[in-house]
Amino acid sequence: MKKIIYLDNGATTMAAPEVVQVMNKYHSEKYGNASSLHRLGREASMAIDDARRTIAKSIGAKETEIIFTSGGTESNNFAIKGIAFANKGKGKHIITTKIEHDCVLNSCKWLKEEGFEVTYLNVDKEGFVNPDDLDKAIRKDTVLVTVIHGNNEIGTIQDLEKLYAICKKHNVYFHTDACQSYTKTEVSAKHADLITLNAHKIHGPKGVGVLYIKKGTKITPVAHGGGHEFSLRSGTENVPGIVGFAKAVQLAMDRKHVAYMAKLRDRLTEGLLEVPGTILNGPRGGKRLCNNVNISFKYIEGEAIGTHLDSEGICSSTGSACSSKSLEPSHVLMAIGMKPEDAHGSLRLTLSRYTTEDEIDKALEVLPNVVEKLRKISPLTRVIKRVL
Amino acid sequence: MGEIENADGLGKVGNPVCGDVMWVYIKVKNNKIEDVKVKTFGCVAAIATSSMMTELAKGKTLEEAEKITNMDVAEALEGLPPIKMHCSNLAADALHKAIEDYRNKKKKKIIR
Repeated sequence: MKKIIYLDNGATTMAAPEVVQVMNKYHSEKYGNASSLHRLGREASMAIDDARRTIAKSIGAKETEIIFTSGGTESNNFAIKGIAFANKGKGKHIITTKIEHDCVLNSCKWLKEEGFEVTYLNVDKEGFVNPDDLDKAIRKDTVLVTVIHGNNEIGTIQDLEKLYAICKKHNVYFHTDACQSYTKTEVSAKHADLITLNAHKIHGPKGVGVLYIKKGTKITPVAHGGGHEFSLRSGTENVPGIVGFAKAVQLAMDRKHVAYMAKLRDRLTEGLLEVPGTILNGPRGGKRLCNNVNISFKYIEGEAIGTHLDSEGICSSTGSACSSKSLEPSHVLMAIGMKPEDAHGSLRLTLSRYTTEDEIDKALEVLPNVVEKLRKISPLTRVIKRVL
Repeated sequence: MGEIENADGLGKVGNPVCGDVMWVYIKVKNNKIEDVKVKTFGCVAAIATSSMMTELAKGKTLEEAEKITNMDVAEALEGLPPIKMHCSNLAADALHKAIEDYRNKKKKKIIR
Protein backbone atom coordinates (compact mmCIF):
# COMPACT_ATOMS: atom_id res chain seq x y z
CA MET A 1 0.00 0.00 0.00
CA LYS A 2 1.13 3.54 -0.73
CA LYS A 3 2.19 5.69 2.17
CA ILE A 4 -0.65 8.02 3.05
CA ILE A 5 -0.08 11.76 2.77
CA TYR A 6 -2.77 13.27 4.93
CA LEU A 7 -3.64 16.79 3.79
CA ASP A 8 -7.15 16.95 5.23
CA ASN A 9 -6.38 18.24 8.72
CA GLY A 10 -9.20 20.77 8.43
CA ALA A 11 -11.58 17.79 8.51
CA THR A 12 -9.88 16.09 11.41
CA THR A 13 -6.40 15.32 12.68
CA MET A 14 -4.45 12.34 13.89
CA ALA A 15 -4.60 12.10 17.67
CA ALA A 16 -1.12 12.85 19.03
CA PRO A 17 0.58 9.78 20.53
CA GLU A 18 0.80 11.56 23.91
CA VAL A 19 -2.96 12.14 23.76
CA VAL A 20 -3.73 8.49 23.04
CA GLN A 21 -1.41 7.40 25.84
CA VAL A 22 -3.06 9.53 28.51
CA MET A 23 -6.55 8.65 27.28
CA ASN A 24 -5.83 4.92 27.53
CA LYS A 25 -5.19 5.33 31.21
CA TYR A 26 -8.59 6.94 31.72
CA HIS A 27 -10.28 4.25 29.66
CA SER A 28 -8.86 1.20 31.37
CA GLU A 29 -7.43 2.18 34.76
CA LYS A 30 -8.95 5.42 36.01
CA TYR A 31 -12.36 4.79 34.50
CA GLY A 32 -14.51 6.15 37.34
CA ASN A 33 -17.58 8.33 36.92
CA ALA A 34 -16.56 11.82 38.01
CA SER A 35 -19.77 12.11 40.03
CA SER A 36 -18.93 9.03 42.16
CA LEU A 37 -17.67 9.58 45.67
CA HIS A 38 -15.14 6.72 45.74
CA ARG A 39 -11.48 7.07 44.81
CA LEU A 40 -11.90 6.28 41.12
CA GLY A 41 -14.62 8.89 40.95
CA ARG A 42 -12.49 11.45 42.76
CA GLU A 43 -9.57 10.75 40.42
CA ALA A 44 -11.80 11.32 37.41
CA SER A 45 -13.20 14.50 38.91
CA MET A 46 -9.73 15.85 39.62
CA ALA A 47 -8.59 15.00 36.11
CA ILE A 48 -11.50 17.04 34.72
CA ASP A 49 -10.59 19.96 36.99
CA ASP A 50 -7.00 19.87 35.72
CA ALA A 51 -8.15 19.74 32.11
CA ARG A 52 -10.53 22.62 32.68
CA ARG A 53 -7.68 24.68 34.17
CA THR A 54 -5.42 23.98 31.18
CA ILE A 55 -8.04 24.98 28.64
CA ALA A 56 -9.15 28.03 30.62
CA LYS A 57 -5.55 29.20 30.79
CA SER A 58 -5.06 28.73 27.04
CA ILE A 59 -7.67 31.40 26.26
CA GLY A 60 -7.30 33.55 29.37
CA ALA A 61 -10.60 32.46 30.92
CA LYS A 62 -11.74 31.42 34.39
CA GLU A 63 -12.20 27.72 35.04
CA THR A 64 -15.91 28.12 35.72
CA GLU A 65 -16.34 29.62 32.27
CA ILE A 66 -15.28 26.39 30.51
CA ILE A 67 -18.10 23.96 29.70
CA PHE A 68 -17.22 20.59 28.18
CA THR A 69 -19.45 19.36 25.37
CA SER A 70 -19.40 16.64 22.72
CA GLY A 71 -17.71 18.84 20.13
CA GLY A 72 -17.92 21.88 17.88
CA THR A 73 -21.41 21.17 16.60
CA GLU A 74 -22.87 20.85 20.09
CA SER A 75 -21.03 23.93 21.35
CA ASN A 76 -22.32 26.01 18.45
CA ASN A 77 -25.87 24.73 18.90
CA PHE A 78 -25.68 25.39 22.65
CA ALA A 79 -24.34 28.93 22.20
CA ILE A 80 -26.86 29.96 19.56
CA LYS A 81 -29.99 28.29 20.90
CA GLY A 82 -29.01 28.85 24.53
CA ILE A 83 -28.59 32.60 24.04
CA ALA A 84 -31.62 32.89 21.76
CA PHE A 85 -33.98 31.24 24.23
CA ALA A 86 -32.61 32.90 27.35
CA ASN A 87 -32.88 36.38 25.84
CA LYS A 88 -36.02 36.25 23.75
CA GLY A 89 -37.58 38.72 26.16
CA LYS A 90 -35.17 41.28 24.72
CA GLY A 91 -35.73 40.35 21.09
CA LYS A 92 -35.67 37.69 18.44
CA HIS A 93 -33.00 38.86 16.03
CA ILE A 94 -29.70 37.06 15.34
CA ILE A 95 -26.82 38.14 13.13
CA THR A 96 -24.39 35.74 11.48
CA THR A 97 -22.44 35.54 8.22
CA LYS A 98 -22.77 33.74 4.91
CA ILE A 99 -19.59 31.71 5.52
CA GLU A 100 -20.43 29.87 8.72
CA HIS A 101 -20.17 26.15 9.30
CA ASP A 102 -23.39 24.23 8.59
CA CYS A 103 -24.05 23.67 12.29
CA VAL A 104 -24.31 27.44 12.80
CA LEU A 105 -26.33 28.05 9.63
CA ASN A 106 -28.72 25.20 10.40
CA SER A 107 -29.14 26.26 14.04
CA CYS A 108 -30.09 29.72 12.77
CA LYS A 109 -32.41 28.20 10.19
CA TRP A 110 -34.14 26.19 12.88
CA LEU A 111 -34.51 29.27 15.08
CA LYS A 112 -36.13 31.03 12.15
CA GLU A 113 -38.84 28.39 12.24
CA GLU A 114 -39.22 29.21 15.94
CA GLY A 115 -39.96 32.82 15.12
CA PHE A 116 -36.49 34.36 15.13
CA GLU A 117 -35.18 36.66 12.42
CA VAL A 118 -31.70 36.08 11.04
CA THR A 119 -29.43 38.51 9.19
CA TYR A 120 -26.59 36.99 7.16
CA LEU A 121 -23.68 39.38 6.70
CA ASN A 122 -21.86 39.43 3.38
CA VAL A 123 -18.11 39.00 3.19
CA ASP A 124 -15.58 40.48 0.77
CA LYS A 125 -13.75 38.48 -1.88
CA GLU A 126 -11.21 37.22 0.65
CA GLY A 127 -13.92 36.25 3.12
CA PHE A 128 -13.68 39.14 5.59
CA VAL A 129 -16.68 40.62 7.37
CA ASN A 130 -16.77 44.41 7.23
CA PRO A 131 -17.17 45.66 10.84
CA ASP A 132 -19.25 48.60 9.56
CA ASP A 133 -21.74 46.13 8.09
CA LEU A 134 -22.08 44.53 11.51
CA ASP A 135 -22.52 47.91 13.16
CA LYS A 136 -25.35 48.74 10.78
CA ALA A 137 -27.03 45.34 11.08
CA ILE A 138 -27.42 45.42 14.87
CA ARG A 139 -30.94 46.35 15.95
CA LYS A 140 -32.65 46.98 19.26
CA ASP A 141 -33.99 43.42 19.26
CA THR A 142 -30.66 41.76 18.33
CA VAL A 143 -29.69 39.19 20.95
CA LEU A 144 -26.70 37.47 19.39
CA VAL A 145 -23.98 37.94 16.82
CA THR A 146 -22.11 34.80 15.78
CA VAL A 147 -19.11 34.90 13.42
CA ILE A 148 -16.69 32.09 12.58
CA HIS A 149 -13.12 32.95 13.64
CA GLY A 150 -10.96 30.97 11.20
CA ASN A 151 -12.95 29.83 8.19
CA ASN A 152 -12.84 26.08 7.67
CA GLU A 153 -12.82 26.25 3.88
CA ILE A 154 -10.77 29.27 2.84
CA GLY A 155 -8.85 29.99 6.05
CA THR A 156 -9.91 33.63 6.53
CA ILE A 157 -9.27 34.82 10.10
CA GLN A 158 -11.70 37.51 11.24
CA ASP A 159 -10.70 40.43 13.45
CA LEU A 160 -12.62 39.38 16.55
CA GLU A 161 -11.38 42.30 18.60
CA LYS A 162 -13.06 44.79 16.28
CA LEU A 163 -16.27 42.78 15.92
CA TYR A 164 -16.55 42.26 19.67
CA ALA A 165 -16.05 45.98 20.35
CA ILE A 166 -19.05 46.74 18.15
CA CYS A 167 -21.20 44.14 19.89
CA LYS A 168 -20.19 45.48 23.29
CA LYS A 169 -21.05 49.02 22.20
CA HIS A 170 -24.57 47.82 21.39
CA ASN A 171 -24.74 45.48 24.39
CA VAL A 172 -25.26 42.35 22.24
CA TYR A 173 -23.77 38.92 22.95
CA PHE A 174 -20.95 37.86 20.64
CA HIS A 175 -20.12 34.22 19.90
CA THR A 176 -17.35 32.85 17.72
CA ASP A 177 -16.67 29.38 16.36
CA ALA A 178 -12.93 28.96 16.85
CA CYS A 179 -12.67 25.24 16.01
CA GLN A 180 -10.20 25.82 13.17
CA SER A 181 -8.24 28.70 14.65
CA TYR A 182 -7.66 27.40 18.19
CA THR A 183 -3.91 26.98 18.85
CA LYS A 184 -3.18 28.29 15.33
CA THR A 185 -3.72 31.96 16.11
CA GLU A 186 -4.67 33.83 19.26
CA VAL A 187 -8.06 32.82 20.61
CA SER A 188 -8.84 34.95 23.64
CA ALA A 189 -11.68 35.28 26.12
CA LYS A 190 -11.11 39.02 25.77
CA HIS A 191 -12.58 38.93 22.25
CA ALA A 192 -15.96 37.21 22.70
CA ASP A 193 -18.69 36.33 25.19
CA LEU A 194 -18.88 32.76 23.95
CA ILE A 195 -16.25 30.69 22.13
CA THR A 196 -16.56 27.25 20.58
CA LEU A 197 -13.46 25.04 20.76
CA ASN A 198 -12.93 21.43 19.87
CA ALA A 199 -10.32 18.74 20.30
CA HIS A 200 -10.15 16.71 17.12
CA LYS A 201 -8.89 19.57 14.96
CA ILE A 202 -5.83 19.97 17.20
CA HIS A 203 -4.63 16.34 17.47
CA GLY A 204 -7.02 15.57 20.30
CA PRO A 205 -9.83 12.98 20.30
CA LYS A 206 -13.11 13.19 18.41
CA GLY A 207 -16.28 13.78 20.43
CA VAL A 208 -15.05 16.48 22.83
CA GLY A 209 -15.48 20.21 22.67
CA VAL A 210 -15.78 23.26 24.86
CA LEU A 211 -18.06 26.21 25.02
CA TYR A 212 -16.46 29.14 26.79
CA ILE A 213 -19.22 31.21 28.40
CA LYS A 214 -18.21 34.53 29.92
CA LYS A 215 -19.29 34.96 33.53
CA GLY A 216 -22.64 36.73 33.76
CA THR A 217 -23.86 35.61 30.33
CA LYS A 218 -27.57 34.81 30.27
CA ILE A 219 -27.85 31.39 28.63
CA THR A 220 -30.27 28.45 28.82
CA PRO A 221 -28.94 24.89 28.91
CA VAL A 222 -29.80 22.70 25.95
CA ALA A 223 -29.13 19.36 27.66
CA HIS A 224 -30.99 18.97 30.97
CA GLY A 225 -30.16 16.21 33.43
CA GLY A 226 -28.03 15.52 36.47
CA GLY A 227 -26.56 18.98 36.77
CA HIS A 228 -23.10 18.35 35.32
CA GLU A 229 -20.90 21.20 34.10
CA PHE A 230 -22.33 23.80 36.50
CA SER A 231 -25.86 22.68 35.48
CA LEU A 232 -25.25 24.04 31.99
CA ARG A 233 -24.58 20.77 30.19
CA SER A 234 -25.72 17.58 31.86
CA GLY A 235 -24.43 14.13 31.00
CA THR A 236 -21.68 11.92 32.45
CA GLU A 237 -18.39 13.53 31.57
CA ASN A 238 -16.30 12.02 28.79
CA VAL A 239 -13.27 11.80 31.06
CA PRO A 240 -10.79 10.20 28.63
CA GLY A 241 -11.86 12.67 25.96
CA ILE A 242 -11.57 15.67 28.26
CA VAL A 243 -8.15 14.59 29.52
CA GLY A 244 -7.04 13.94 25.93
CA PHE A 245 -8.31 17.36 24.86
CA ALA A 246 -6.28 19.07 27.59
CA LYS A 247 -3.18 17.10 26.59
CA ALA A 248 -3.63 18.20 22.98
CA VAL A 249 -3.92 21.81 24.15
CA GLN A 250 -0.78 21.49 26.25
CA LEU A 251 1.12 20.25 23.22
CA ALA A 252 -0.02 23.09 21.00
CA MET A 253 -0.90 26.13 23.11
CA ASP A 254 2.49 27.83 22.75
CA ARG A 255 1.82 27.88 18.97
CA LYS A 256 5.42 26.98 18.25
CA HIS A 257 4.37 24.96 15.18
CA VAL A 258 2.51 27.82 13.52
CA ALA A 259 5.48 29.30 11.64
CA TYR A 260 6.45 25.84 10.39
CA MET A 261 2.95 25.15 9.07
CA ALA A 262 2.74 28.60 7.47
CA LYS A 263 6.02 27.98 5.67
CA LEU A 264 4.76 24.68 4.26
CA ARG A 265 1.42 26.28 3.40
CA ASP A 266 3.12 29.01 1.38
CA ARG A 267 5.39 26.55 -0.37
CA LEU A 268 2.40 24.43 -1.38
CA THR A 269 0.36 27.47 -2.40
CA GLU A 270 3.07 29.01 -4.57
CA GLY A 271 3.86 25.64 -6.15
CA LEU A 272 0.23 25.03 -7.07
CA LEU A 273 -0.29 28.55 -8.40
CA GLU A 274 2.41 27.79 -10.97
CA VAL A 275 -0.10 25.46 -12.63
CA PRO A 276 -1.91 27.56 -15.27
CA GLY A 277 -5.59 28.36 -14.68
CA THR A 278 -5.50 28.35 -10.89
CA ILE A 279 -7.08 30.71 -8.35
CA LEU A 280 -6.18 30.99 -4.66
CA ASN A 281 -9.37 31.16 -2.59
CA GLY A 282 -9.10 33.25 0.57
CA PRO A 283 -6.40 35.67 1.77
CA ARG A 284 -2.64 35.31 2.04
CA GLY A 285 -0.28 35.70 4.97
CA GLY A 286 -1.06 36.21 8.64
CA LYS A 287 -4.81 36.66 8.16
CA ARG A 288 -5.10 33.14 6.81
CA LEU A 289 -5.05 29.95 8.89
CA CYS A 290 -1.46 28.70 8.91
CA ASN A 291 -2.49 25.25 7.68
CA ASN A 292 -5.05 26.06 4.98
CA VAL A 293 -4.60 25.99 1.20
CA ASN A 294 -7.65 26.28 -1.05
CA ILE A 295 -7.19 26.48 -4.79
CA SER A 296 -9.58 26.31 -7.73
CA PHE A 297 -8.38 24.52 -10.83
CA LYS A 298 -10.30 25.81 -13.80
CA TYR A 299 -12.07 23.49 -16.28
CA ILE A 300 -12.02 20.43 -14.03
CA GLU A 301 -14.00 19.20 -11.08
CA GLY A 302 -12.75 18.94 -7.49
CA GLU A 303 -14.17 15.57 -6.57
CA ALA A 304 -12.45 14.01 -9.58
CA ILE A 305 -9.17 15.63 -8.50
CA GLY A 306 -9.66 14.31 -4.98
CA THR A 307 -10.39 10.78 -6.17
CA HIS A 308 -7.26 10.74 -8.33
CA LEU A 309 -5.20 12.09 -5.42
CA ASP A 310 -6.67 9.42 -3.17
CA SER A 311 -5.48 6.73 -5.55
CA GLU A 312 -2.02 8.27 -5.17
CA GLY A 313 -2.34 8.12 -1.40
CA ILE A 314 -3.05 11.84 -0.90
CA CYS A 315 -6.08 12.81 1.23
CA SER A 316 -7.77 16.13 0.36
CA SER A 317 -11.23 17.69 0.26
CA THR A 318 -13.25 19.86 -2.10
CA GLY A 319 -15.96 22.50 -2.16
CA SER A 320 -17.40 21.00 -5.30
CA ALA A 321 -21.11 20.30 -5.47
CA CYS A 322 -20.40 16.67 -6.28
CA SER A 323 -18.96 16.14 -2.84
CA SER A 324 -21.99 17.55 -1.06
CA LYS A 325 -25.34 15.96 -0.44
CA SER A 326 -27.11 19.11 -1.58
CA LEU A 327 -25.42 19.14 -5.01
CA GLU A 328 -24.76 22.83 -4.47
CA PRO A 329 -21.23 24.19 -4.66
CA SER A 330 -19.75 25.43 -1.38
CA HIS A 331 -21.74 28.31 0.15
CA VAL A 332 -18.44 29.84 1.30
CA LEU A 333 -17.01 29.99 -2.22
CA MET A 334 -20.31 31.41 -3.46
CA ALA A 335 -20.21 34.05 -0.73
CA ILE A 336 -16.78 35.29 -1.83
CA GLY A 337 -18.22 35.80 -5.31
CA MET A 338 -16.76 32.80 -7.08
CA LYS A 339 -18.39 31.51 -10.25
CA PRO A 340 -20.07 28.11 -9.69
CA GLU A 341 -17.93 26.46 -12.39
CA ASP A 342 -14.77 27.61 -10.58
CA ALA A 343 -16.14 26.55 -7.21
CA HIS A 344 -16.62 23.06 -8.67
CA GLY A 345 -12.88 22.90 -9.30
CA SER A 346 -11.85 23.82 -5.76
CA LEU A 347 -9.49 21.70 -3.73
CA ARG A 348 -8.72 22.17 -0.04
CA LEU A 349 -5.42 20.92 1.35
CA THR A 350 -4.98 21.36 5.10
CA LEU A 351 -1.70 20.69 6.86
CA SER A 352 -0.68 19.82 10.40
CA ARG A 353 2.46 20.04 12.45
CA TYR A 354 3.15 16.44 11.43
CA THR A 355 3.15 17.30 7.70
CA THR A 356 6.67 17.09 6.24
CA GLU A 357 8.42 19.01 3.48
CA ASP A 358 8.76 15.76 1.55
CA GLU A 359 5.00 15.28 1.65
CA ILE A 360 4.45 18.78 0.28
CA ASP A 361 6.97 18.11 -2.49
CA LYS A 362 5.25 14.85 -3.31
CA ALA A 363 1.88 16.62 -3.52
CA LEU A 364 3.43 19.24 -5.78
CA GLU A 365 4.77 16.48 -8.00
CA VAL A 366 1.50 14.53 -8.22
CA LEU A 367 -1.10 17.29 -8.44
CA PRO A 368 -0.07 18.99 -11.69
CA ASN A 369 -0.18 15.59 -13.44
CA VAL A 370 -3.66 14.87 -12.12
CA VAL A 371 -4.81 18.31 -13.24
CA GLU A 372 -3.34 17.82 -16.70
CA LYS A 373 -4.91 14.39 -17.05
CA LEU A 374 -8.38 15.70 -16.14
CA ARG A 375 -8.03 18.76 -18.32
CA LYS A 376 -7.16 16.54 -21.25
CA ILE A 377 -10.55 14.88 -21.05
CA SER A 378 -12.50 18.03 -20.16
CA PRO A 379 -14.55 19.65 -22.95
CA LEU A 380 -14.13 23.02 -21.24
CA THR A 381 -10.36 23.12 -21.64
CA ARG A 382 -10.57 23.38 -25.42
CA VAL A 383 -12.65 26.49 -25.30
CA ILE A 384 -10.37 28.20 -22.85
CA LYS A 385 -6.96 27.00 -24.00
CA ARG A 386 -6.40 30.30 -25.71
CA VAL A 387 -6.61 32.09 -22.38
CA LEU A 388 -4.08 29.79 -20.71
CA MET B 1 -11.86 9.26 -23.46
CA GLY B 2 -10.82 12.03 -25.79
CA GLU B 3 -12.06 13.49 -29.03
CA ILE B 4 -12.39 12.37 -32.66
CA GLU B 5 -11.22 14.77 -35.30
CA ASN B 6 -13.69 15.20 -38.17
CA ALA B 7 -16.35 13.34 -36.21
CA ASP B 8 -19.59 12.52 -38.04
CA GLY B 9 -21.69 13.56 -35.07
CA LEU B 10 -21.18 15.62 -31.89
CA GLY B 11 -23.54 15.62 -28.92
CA LYS B 12 -23.21 18.10 -26.05
CA VAL B 13 -25.06 17.89 -22.74
CA GLY B 14 -24.81 19.51 -19.33
CA ASN B 15 -23.66 22.89 -18.18
CA PRO B 16 -20.55 23.97 -16.28
CA VAL B 17 -22.59 25.83 -13.65
CA CYS B 18 -24.15 22.53 -12.55
CA GLY B 19 -20.81 20.80 -12.64
CA ASP B 20 -21.19 18.20 -15.39
CA VAL B 21 -20.56 18.59 -19.12
CA MET B 22 -20.17 15.81 -21.68
CA TRP B 23 -19.27 16.06 -25.34
CA VAL B 24 -19.67 12.84 -27.33
CA TYR B 25 -18.01 12.36 -30.72
CA ILE B 26 -19.07 9.54 -33.09
CA LYS B 27 -17.70 8.13 -36.30
CA VAL B 28 -20.32 6.26 -38.32
CA LYS B 29 -19.76 3.66 -41.04
CA ASN B 30 -22.46 1.49 -42.69
CA ASN B 31 -25.01 2.68 -40.14
CA LYS B 32 -22.79 1.43 -37.32
CA ILE B 33 -20.91 3.36 -34.66
CA GLU B 34 -17.37 2.66 -35.75
CA ASP B 35 -15.81 4.79 -33.05
CA VAL B 36 -17.06 6.85 -30.13
CA LYS B 37 -15.14 9.12 -27.79
CA VAL B 38 -16.13 11.47 -25.03
CA LYS B 39 -14.78 14.47 -23.15
CA THR B 40 -16.10 15.04 -19.67
CA PHE B 41 -16.03 17.83 -17.10
CA GLY B 42 -17.32 16.39 -13.87
CA CYS B 43 -16.78 14.07 -10.97
CA VAL B 44 -15.53 10.51 -11.21
CA ALA B 45 -19.07 9.19 -11.56
CA ALA B 46 -19.52 11.37 -14.62
CA ILE B 47 -16.20 10.19 -16.04
CA ALA B 48 -17.08 6.56 -15.33
CA THR B 49 -20.51 6.78 -16.98
CA SER B 50 -18.98 8.50 -20.01
CA SER B 51 -16.41 5.80 -20.40
CA MET B 52 -18.91 2.98 -19.92
CA MET B 53 -21.26 4.51 -22.47
CA THR B 54 -18.52 4.33 -25.12
CA GLU B 55 -17.99 0.65 -24.28
CA LEU B 56 -21.70 -0.03 -24.72
CA ALA B 57 -22.11 1.99 -27.92
CA LYS B 58 -19.07 0.95 -29.92
CA GLY B 59 -19.93 -1.34 -32.85
CA LYS B 60 -23.68 -0.97 -32.38
CA THR B 61 -26.04 0.11 -35.16
CA LEU B 62 -27.48 3.60 -34.76
CA GLU B 63 -30.87 2.10 -33.89
CA GLU B 64 -29.36 -0.11 -31.23
CA ALA B 65 -27.31 2.76 -29.83
CA GLU B 66 -30.41 4.94 -29.60
CA LYS B 67 -31.95 2.35 -27.31
CA ILE B 68 -29.12 2.61 -24.77
CA THR B 69 -30.46 4.44 -21.73
CA ASN B 70 -28.74 6.22 -18.85
CA MET B 71 -30.07 3.39 -16.70
CA ASP B 72 -28.29 0.82 -18.90
CA VAL B 73 -25.04 2.72 -18.37
CA ALA B 74 -25.55 2.82 -14.61
CA GLU B 75 -26.40 -0.89 -14.56
CA ALA B 76 -23.29 -1.74 -16.57
CA LEU B 77 -21.32 0.00 -13.83
CA GLU B 78 -23.17 -2.17 -11.31
CA GLY B 79 -25.05 0.79 -9.94
CA LEU B 80 -24.37 4.39 -8.94
CA PRO B 81 -25.01 6.15 -5.63
CA PRO B 82 -28.59 7.53 -5.80
CA ILE B 83 -27.34 11.12 -5.60
CA LYS B 84 -25.22 10.61 -8.72
CA MET B 85 -28.04 9.13 -10.82
CA HIS B 86 -29.42 12.44 -11.92
CA CYS B 87 -26.42 14.72 -12.26
CA SER B 88 -23.64 12.47 -13.41
CA ASN B 89 -25.55 10.02 -15.54
CA LEU B 90 -25.95 11.91 -18.80
CA ALA B 91 -23.81 9.85 -21.14
CA ALA B 92 -26.62 8.12 -23.02
CA ASP B 93 -28.35 11.47 -23.55
CA ALA B 94 -25.13 12.84 -25.02
CA LEU B 95 -24.82 9.80 -27.29
CA HIS B 96 -28.38 10.25 -28.58
CA LYS B 97 -27.62 13.89 -29.31
CA ALA B 98 -24.54 12.88 -31.27
CA ILE B 99 -26.62 10.46 -33.34
CA GLU B 100 -29.23 13.17 -33.90
CA ASP B 101 -26.46 15.53 -35.01
CA TYR B 102 -25.15 12.90 -37.44
CA ARG B 103 -28.64 12.37 -38.92
CA ASN B 104 -29.24 16.11 -39.30
CA LYS B 105 -25.94 16.56 -41.09
CA LYS B 106 -26.74 13.66 -43.43
CA LYS B 107 -30.19 15.11 -44.23
CA LYS B 108 -28.63 18.42 -45.19
CA LYS B 109 -26.24 16.65 -47.54
CA ILE B 110 -29.11 14.85 -49.30
CA ILE B 111 -31.09 18.07 -49.70
CA ARG B 112 -28.11 19.71 -51.34
